[in-house]
Amino acid sequence: MRIEGKGIIDRTREVKFRFDGRDYSGFRGDTLASALLANGVRLMGRSFKYHRPRGVLSAGSEEPNALVEVLGKTIRTPNTRATMQEIFEGLDTRSQNRIGSLRHDLLAVNDLFSRFLSAGFYYKTFMWPRHFWEGLYEPLIRRAAGLGSLAQVHDEGVYEKAWAHCDLLVIGAGPAGLMAALVAARSGADVILAEEQPILGGRLIGDGGVIGAEPAALWLAGVEAELRAHPNVRIMTRTTVTGAYDNGTYGALERVGLHRSPRPSLPRECFWRIVAGRTVLASGAHERHIAFPMNDRPGIMLASAVRTYLNRFGVAPGKRVTLFAANDQARQTARDLMAAGVQVAAIIDPRQDVSVVEDCPVHSGAEVIDTKGRHALRAITVRKGAEVFDIETDCLAVSGGWNPALHLTCHMNSRPRWSDELAAFVPVADAVPGLEAVGAANGDFSTHAALLGGKAAAGAALLALGHKVAPVALPAAEDAPYTHRAIWAVAGEGRAWLDLANDVTLKDVQQSARENFASVEHMKRYTTQGMAPDQGKNSNVAALAVLADATGRGIAETGTTTFRPPYVPVSIAAMGAGGRGKGFAPERFMTSDQASRDRLAPMIEAGLWYRPAYFPKPGETTWREACDREVLMVRNAVGVCDVSTLGKIDVQGPDAGRFLDLVYANTISTLAPGKVRYGLMLREDGLVMDDGTAARLGQDHYLLTTTTAAAGQVMRHLDFVHQAFCADWKVRVISVTEGFAQFAVAGPKARALIDTMLDAPLGDLPFMGVVQTAIGGVQARLFRISFSGEEGYEIAVPVDYGEALFRDLLARAETMGGGPYGVEALNVLRIEKGFLTHAELDGRASADDLGLGAMVSTKKDCIGRAASRRPGLHGPAREQLVGLKAMAEISAGAHLFRPADAVERVNDQGHVTSVCWSPVLDLWLGLGFLQNGRARYGEKIRLVDHLRGIDVECEVTHPVFFDPDGGRMRG
Amino acid sequence: MAELIAKSPLEGQAPLTRAGLTLSMVAPRSIWSLALYPGADPGPALGLPGLRFPAPGESVTEGDVSLIWTGREQAFLLGMAPPAGLSAQVAVTDQSGAWAGLRLAGRGEEGAEAALSRLVPLDLRLRAFPLGRVARTALNHINAIVWRRDEAGFTLFVPRSMAFSAWHEIAVVLDRLAARESGRGRG
Repeated sequence: MRIEGKGIIDRTREVKFRFDGRDYSGFRGDTLASALLANGVRLMGRSFKYHRPRGVLSAGSEEPNALVEVLGKTIRTPNTRATMQEIFEGLDTRSQNRIGSLRHDLLAVNDLFSRFLSAGFYYKTFMWPRHFWEGLYEPLIRRAAGLGSLAQVHDEGVYEKAWAHCDLLVIGAGPAGLMAALVAARSGADVILAEEQPILGGRLIGDGGVIGAEPAALWLAGVEAELRAHPNVRIMTRTTVTGAYDNGTYGALERVGLHRSPRPSLPRECFWRIVAGRTVLASGAHERHIAFPMNDRPGIMLASAVRTYLNRFGVAPGKRVTLFAANDQARQTARDLMAAGVQVAAIIDPRQDVSVVEDCPVHSGAEVIDTKGRHALRAITVRKGAEVFDIETDCLAVSGGWNPALHLTCHMNSRPRWSDELAAFVPVADAVPGLEAVGAANGDFSTHAALLGGKAAAGAALLALGHKVAPVALPAAEDAPYTHRAIWAVAGEGRAWLDLANDVTLKDVQQSARENFASVEHMKRYTTQGMAPDQGKNSNVAALAVLADATGRGIAETGTTTFRPPYVPVSIAAMGAGGRGKGFAPERFMTSDQASRDRLAPMIEAGLWYRPAYFPKPGETTWREACDREVLMVRNAVGVCDVSTLGKIDVQGPDAGRFLDLVYANTISTLAPGKVRYGLMLREDGLVMDDGTAARLGQDHYLLTTTTAAAGQVMRHLDFVHQAFCADWKVRVISVTEGFAQFAVAGPKARALIDTMLDAPLGDLPFMGVVQTAIGGVQARLFRISFSGEEGYEIAVPVDYGEALFRDLLARAETMGGGPYGVEALNVLRIEKGFLTHAELDGRASADDLGLGAMVSTKKDCIGRAASRRPGLHGPAREQLVGLKAMAEISAGAHLFRPADAVERVNDQGHVTSVCWSPVLDLWLGLGFLQNGRARYGEKIRLVDHLRGIDVECEVTHPVFFDPDGGRMRG
Repeated sequence: MAELIAKSPLEGQAPLTRAGLTLSMVAPRSIWSLALYPGADPGPALGLPGLRFPAPGESVTEGDVSLIWTGREQAFLLGMAPPAGLSAQVAVTDQSGAWAGLRLAGRGEEGAEAALSRLVPLDLRLRAFPLGRVARTALNHINAIVWRRDEAGFTLFVPRSMAFSAWHEIAVVLDRLAARESGRGRG
C-alpha cells in the first residue's frame, strides 16, 4: 500500500514489470520487493526445505526469503534478492523453489512432515540400501529442497572486470562513510566511496532525523553535491565490497546493467579489484530477528525494513502494524507509521520497566508466542505474564537488536570480539591492515557517533598516507544511547526459525547440541545454519546465543564461525569476466597467416600460435592425402614452411659464449662465427628442458632457436640464470621471435629456389652454416639447417617483409613442382628422421633416455649437469627412445608390452609419443620410450591402445628411419 | 631477384572511436633495444645532449627521439637508429616490427585510464603514473609496454603477433564503456 507524500521514489515515472506472470506497476526507484508490497503482494517465495510461504524480511542484501528468478531472453538469474533488484520497464520475474503455483506449492507437503525433517534427518534416515543414496534419495532430496533453477544454457551475458586504485576506500555511504569521504575529499586525497544501494545515505534514508540544523535529507543532498563536485572522488553506487585481501586489495561487485533493460555490450555486472592505501569500513549493521514460534509468516519483517519501506519507498507493508522489539530505537518504526497515518495495533516490548507512553497500546514484559495466517500474517498471540491474548495484525515489525556488519574485518582470519554491553560481536582493531571500522559497523549506533567515527578514521588514514587533513566541522546529530535487552528466542509451542534462508529452527540448534555437535563449527555443518546465500547474516549471532544457552556456555566462549569472502553472492560469470571465448587466450598470428588461409589451410593451435595444418588441393578429401603429398613434395622437389613460431633469442656480449656454455649441456663457445650447432638445454633437475640451435653471428653475438612450445620457458630460464647466477657477466639476452619471419625451404630443389631469391649468388654455404644476405635490398639471414632430413635452409627477414617473402617463395616453389607444407607434413618428415619435439621432450626424459647422453659435456659445468649424472637418470632401467615400425595403424599414447606378457599395468614396457604414416617408407612409424630400448632393436613388441582399440605388433628400431647417414641434408 | 613489400602490424586498421576515446595504431617507427652492460654509460655515445639511459619506469624524450625503459638494464630507442660506437656500452638489437604500437587517447587522462583499468592491473592514475612513465605489464593476457607519452593518452606496445587480439580487447572495453554511458540515467 502506497502512502501519499512519503518516500523518495519518482512518482512521475511509472514502471511496468511482471512477477509470476502477472503485470504490476511501480515507480522508478522501487525495488521488486517495495513495488510488490505496494501492490499488496506479500507472498514472494517458498522456503528452502519446508516450502513455507514467505514474504520479505529485510530491505537489503541480507534478504533470506524473497529470492526470485529474473527471466532474460535466454538466461535466467536465480536467487535474486527482491530487495536488491530494482525494477525497470519490462522486468520479468518469478518465484522459485516450488512445484505448481507459489500459492499452491505441492512441495508444501514437506511442512506437514517437518517434525521428521529436523537436523541430521538425511544422515540418519537414508542409509539403507547404500546404493539408493546416489540413485534415488539424493536426486529426490535435491529436487525437493533448494533454491532457483538455472536455464541450462551458457550464460552469454556480458560481464566486466576492472581494477581501481585510490588513497582512501570508504565502504558504505551512510553518515559515517559520507563524513569520512568528505574529510578525504576536502583533503585532496583520491577517494572511492562504494555504496551497495543505488543511492547514498544509508540509514539516513530510512530513518530521517536531523543533522546540524537541517533535516538529514538536506544534509545528505549537500554532502553528495560536494562529493560529486570533487574530481578526486569516485562514487560507486550499486557496488558491494565483497572481500578484503592482502595489501589493501578489495573485491567489489558492481550491478551495472541488472537494473536496466538489457542492451548489447552493457555489462550485467562488473567485478572490481580495488587497491586502497587505507580503508574506512562504514558498512552499518544488520537488524536481528527474534526466534519466536511461527516467526516466518509473510508480513513479519524487521522493524528497520518497515521504516525503509515507508520512508524510502512510501510503502506501508501493512494496514495494521504491530511492533515487537526489545530496544528503544525500534519504536521509531511505530512513530513513523502513525505519523504517516498507518494504524499501529500495539507495541510489544519484552522488557518490564520501559516507557509505555506512545500513541498506541504498549505491552511491556510481553512476548509474541504464536502467529496465524497461511499466506500472510493475520494475527499474533501475545503472552504477558500469565495473560495470553491475540492481536489482529497484518504486519509484525520485529527488532531483536543490531549486529555490526563487520564481515570484512574477518576476511583475513581475525575474529570479532563479543560485547556484552551491545550483545553483539564488534570488530577488533587492525583486523585487516589499513582498515578501520566506524559507525554502526563498529558498534557505534548513534548518528553522532557515526559522524564522529567517520571523521576521525578518515583523518587518521590520511595522516598515515602523508596527507594534510582539511578541517571539516562535525555537525550535531542524535546521540541517544542504544537502550536494549538481548532477546534471542521466545519459548513456546511451534517452530521458531533462526535461519529463514535454510529453514533452521531453534530446535535444530538445540538438537545439534544434544547430539554433541556442540562446537559452533559442527553445529553449522550439522544444521546448515548460515550456509544459505545470506551466509547467516540474519541468524548467526542468534544461533550462537541459542547454542551457548543449550551448552551452558557464554557466547564469547562459544565463539563464532568464520566469515569468508564474498560478503554477498558473486556470480562466477563476473569473476570470470573476459574469459569467455577468445578472451581466454590471445591469438598469435604469423605474417603468412592470411596467405595460408587464402589457400584454405586449416589452422591448428600451437600454444597461442595458429599454424597451417596442411594445404589442401582440389580433389583431396582427407588431411592424410594432403599430408602425404606434401611429404613427397619435400622429399622429391621443394617445400616451404613458415617456422616463425620457433623461439628466437638474441644473446650478445663478451661473456655470451661463457653464458651459453652454462645453459647448454654441450659446448657452444667453441663454435666458429658463421656456424650453427644443435644444442640441448637441461633443467636444474637434470631432465631435458628444450633443444634447438645456436648460431654464432659474430664474435660476441649468438642467436638461439627454441621449440615453439618452450620459447617462453627458455627465455624465462635464461633470464633467471642470468639474474641469479651471473648478473655481473657482460651478456645481454632478448627475445627476437617477433622481429623476424623465418621460413624453412627444404628438398632437393631448395638450393635452386633460394638461389633465385637472393640479391647475390649463394655460393658455398655448408650444412650448419649461417650467412647474412639480402633479398630485394632487404637484409636477410640464411641458415643451412634441416628439420626434414632434406637439404634445408631457413631464411629469416625482418617481420614486416614476412608475408611478401612467403607469397614469393610459394610462387617460385610452385614453378619447380614444390609448394607449401603444413605442420602435419612437418611432423611426418621429422618422425622419419627421428627428430624430437615436445612429444618426446615431455619433461621426464633425460639426455641419456633420448640417446643424447654424450651431449652433456664432461669438460665443463652446465645447469642440470650434476643432477643428470644421478644414478636414476640413465642406464638400462630407464625407458629409452626407440623407433617403432608397424604394418597397421598405430597411435601415440599407446603402451608397449612384450608379446608373451599379459596386457597389464605391471607389464608395461613403455609408451608411444609420436606416430605417422610414412608415404616414403610405406610403413607406420612411431617414436616412443621403451625400457632398455637401445639394446632391443629388432625385437617385436606389442603396442596396445585401449582407448582407440589398437593392438598391433611392431618392430623396435633405431629412431632414425630415413637416410640414417644424413647424406641428403648434408648435400 | 625478388622484391619484397613491407607490411606493418595492423596494416590498414582504421581508428576506432567509442565513448569519447580513440584507439588507433601508431605509425611504425624504428625500435632498437639497448641493453646496458654492467657499469656502462651510453650517454655520450647516444649523441643527443638531452638523452640519457632511463631509470626503471622512466622515459627520456629529446625531440622526436625517445628512450623508454623496458626491463632490467634495458631500454628501447624510438625514432632514431643507434649511433655507431654504442655497442661497446650496450647490446643493440633491432626490435622494429616486433612490436605493434597502439594509441588510446581522448577525454583527458582519465578517459583512457578508465578503459585501461579493465585490462591493466597497474595504478595508472596521473599521480602514480605521471607523464613519461612507462611500465612492462599485462594487457589482459598480453605482454605489453604501457607508456604515458603525453597528456592526451597512452601509447602501448604489444607483440606484433598479438596485435589483433590487443586491438580486439581494447575495442570490446570501449564498446562496454559506451554502453554504460548510453542511456545512463534512463531506466
